[in-house]
Amino acid sequence: MSDMKQLSTTPATHPVHPAEKPGVLVKPGAEPVLKATNITKWFGENHVLRGASITVWPGETVCILGRSGSGKSTFLRSLNFLEDPTDGTVEIDSVVVGADPFHTEGGERQERIREVRMRAGMVFQEFNLFPHLSVIENCVEAPVHVKKMDRKEAEAIAEKYLVKVGLLEKRDEYPSRLSGGQRQRVAIARALTMQPKVLLFDEPTSALDPTLVGEVLKVMADLAHEGRTMIVVTHEMDFAHEAADRVYYMDQGEFAEVGPPEQVIDAPKDPRTKEFLSRFRTLGGKK
Amino acid sequence: MSDAQRLALAVADAQASRTKAWSRRFRLTWGAVVALLIVFIATSLNVEIGFMTSATPFILGGIGLTILVSAASITLATALATIGALGRLSGNAVINGIASFYVSFFRGTPLILQLLFWYLALPQVGIVLDPILCAIVALGMNYGAYMTEIFRAGVQAVPLGQREAAAALGMSNRTAFVRIIAPQAFRIIVPAIGNDFVAMLKDSALASTVSLHEILWRAQNIGAQKFKTLQTFMIAAMVYWVLTIVFTALQNRIETRLSAGDRNKAVKG
Repeated sequence: MSDMKQLSTTPATHPVHPAEKPGVLVKPGAEPVLKATNITKWFGENHVLRGASITVWPGETVCILGRSGSGKSTFLRSLNFLEDPTDGTVEIDSVVVGADPFHTEGGERQERIREVRMRAGMVFQEFNLFPHLSVIENCVEAPVHVKKMDRKEAEAIAEKYLVKVGLLEKRDEYPSRLSGGQRQRVAIARALTMQPKVLLFDEPTSALDPTLVGEVLKVMADLAHEGRTMIVVTHEMDFAHEAADRVYYMDQGEFAEVGPPEQVIDAPKDPRTKEFLSRFRTLGGKK
Repeated sequence: MSDAQRLALAVADAQASRTKAWSRRFRLTWGAVVALLIVFIATSLNVEIGFMTSATPFILGGIGLTILVSAASITLATALATIGALGRLSGNAVINGIASFYVSFFRGTPLILQLLFWYLALPQVGIVLDPILCAIVALGMNYGAYMTEIFRAGVQAVPLGQREAAAALGMSNRTAFVRIIAPQAFRIIVPAIGNDFVAMLKDSALASTVSLHEILWRAQNIGAQKFKTLQTFMIAAMVYWVLTIVFTALQNRIETRLSAGDRNKAVKG
């Protein structure tokens, strides 16, 4: 625990904690894709994030678990600055953005935030597809208007990912004609079409009808197995167990335990993780 | 056919005939009220068909000007409301302040005062505007203030998730507004523009006070000459009424088409 504390509060050059070592899939000598250090967030008097840090290596799938209100969504949304953290630094693919709580930095920081966002695709709980655009238009909107990609080229990439999520035949449909599971799979294809370095999932199955959860989790598991770098905030314990290389357990705005799923989920050491998992089991979890 | 099917058909039949009877009563009521109105005019108002037939074409001659002033004013109002709404949504305190002053001042003073200001007060400082220009500017600026708030509300009605999704894809605020927010706000705003145009058709009658020869001015003047404003105002009222019915029907058609698009396209992301 004391090691974790140290990890949480030291600046970007912190030594890598043993539990933060890359998983077996990661090539030796690889640089982290994403490094978030000491992410801190105050909402008024409310201390939501208490200096949480994360390091993610290429090809890894990292799941963030924790009870509702523990700050895990806020943490994920801080990684692409949808929430502006009060303190801390995010580095993705060597683009570095620090917190700017007093708004002293100008438009140049905004540009770096956009660079971060272009490298971090996000999938939301509520899908947030653009209702006035068809499926294919949803996918190519940002590549064409942000990356200035040629439309034909963007459509070819989008179609490749629509095939992957199994929805190519819905190419010209509008979101309102799709089921929740289909919408979320389109949202995944939309994020992929930007060709991000890392995918951020914010409870991607929580708004879905239980019968539609499986199709989305399957797409996510496929992405994890083919070596996409992913950070997934989820309550789906089975998915975390099966697909994650490492699991972070968040409690009251800091990470209480980090490690491979066999360790954190099956044999938690931290009392807070233990309590959370025991509750989960009594509430009907399979493991 | 099973008993259950026969019952279902009977229930559906009964429902259909109830609906039919209701709309028959509704139409009859309208017919009765209009007939009463005509009888009242014919018996108690000393109609004078000869005068009516000579006055009507003169009054109808104002329709063109009424529609022209309304159309020009709604165009000006739409342009001002777009700028005003962008101002009211701006994070810049100066721009937002100016826009909010515009809305407050032009909504907070009588339309007829604003109209007379352009027409009667400005010449005092050497600015003389054509009456038609006065009417267009007065109506346009006044409606623009009301519509600013409608446009702003339309933009704010687009769910926050849409902004977040656009931002998360790396869009700048400008790109997100132009490509994602504005097209969705537009669907919300269009019916309001239609409503305001119909309202403007009637408010354009105020332009008679700056001697614009539109419908009401003509009714007032030809009536006053013969001491028969009762008859001419009745004609003018009919003309405005028919105009609003026609344009409301037109507006409903546009709205139906837009919402048909919504069923295919919009709502919930």
